[in-house]
Amino acid sequence: MIGALTVLLVFQLVGEALARGLDLPIPGPVIGMGLMFAALVLRKGPGAELRGAATGILQHLSLLFIPAGTGVMLHFQRLADEWLPLTVALIASTLLSIAVSALLLHALSRHTPHGEDQP
Amino acid sequence: MNPALGEIWVYLSTTPLLGLTLTLLAYQGALWLYRRANHHPLLNPVMVAVTVLVLVLTLTDTPYQTYFDGAQFVHFLLGPATVALAIPLYAQWERLKGMLLPLLVTLVAGSLTAALSAVGIAALLGASRESVMSMAPKSVTMPIAMGVAERLGGLPSLTAVLVMSTGILGAVGARYVYRLLRIEDHAVRGFAIGIASHGIGTARAFQVSEQAGAFAALAMGLNGLLTAVMLPLILPWLEALLR
Repeated sequence: MIGALTVLLVFQLVGEALARGLDLPIPGPVIGMGLMFAALVLRKGPGAELRGAATGILQHLSLLFIPAGTGVMLHFQRLADEWLPLTVALIASTLLSIAVSALLLHALSRHTPHGEDQP
Repeated sequence: MNPALGEIWVYLSTTPLLGLTLTLLAYQGALWLYRRANHHPLLNPVMVAVTVLVLVLTLTDTPYQTYFDGAQFVHFLLGPATVALAIPLYAQWERLKGMLLPLLVTLVAGSLTAALSAVGIAALLGASRESVMSMAPKSVTMPIAMGVAERLGGLPSLTAVLVMSTGILGAVGARYVYRLLRIEDHAVRGFAIGIASHGIGTARAFQVSEQAGAFAALAMGLNGLLTAVMLPLILPWLEALLR
């Protein structure tokens, strides 16, 4: 567990260093994810410990959003003033982008040889 | 409160222990409720836990910053968790390789739809400029979204709230969209929810299946990259158009 956590933190640290050093608009952890992915492709997969730790963390991904989400209490005034445009935009835009993405990928992947619906 | 309890409260409320423990308790409670209610979408654990925490903090007159001093230890784990997303992604690599082009086309279309429709609707209905700019990156993962909002002249902490709401809306609403459009494939379902509602949608997708989760994680990562590069380039142009 500690070994796996160390590996994750090292990749994050390298990602953060690259983001700062090269002044990239992409956050460090996302670069870390890309590097980790490249390492997994080179090494042909994660060890059992890393796989176990990743599954453990990702099962409780929801928990990690709670502290920032609670920050909603800092914005009650603005939300009270602008609730209508914000609510309509959030709901419409979120459902629309799910629908557009799903329909497009569904249509496109049917015409490729690896698509699900290909006989 | 009797004096002794009051003293204990004063002591505990200044240590990080309380904010951290409250976060975990709220999450465990919300998870328990969610399972008891047979995973009812309106009882999304993030939404329930946040509601409980806001109530507790408001009733006890605790400032958010005091709470966050403790809760930041949980918040910090977002970093390593993002790195860990590479592992389920790798597990789906064989399937991903075969549909790389459809995935990229869908990514660009979905990402543009998410940002432009949000900005357009909010602006047309009269939201302030700061709110509109905070809204633009709402579909990408929180750390990226906050950085992008700052560059656009929005408010990063407002963006955090909008990002969370988008995530919950997607996690709650996606199943109805899929049912209506008859989308069955877990890869497609995961990818679409990952584009529209980032990590919270991805967390939801992992509850459905590992395949859905991996495709959601891929969409979330790629959409984060794309949005970080693209939005600062196209938004000034869109703003001029809306004026």
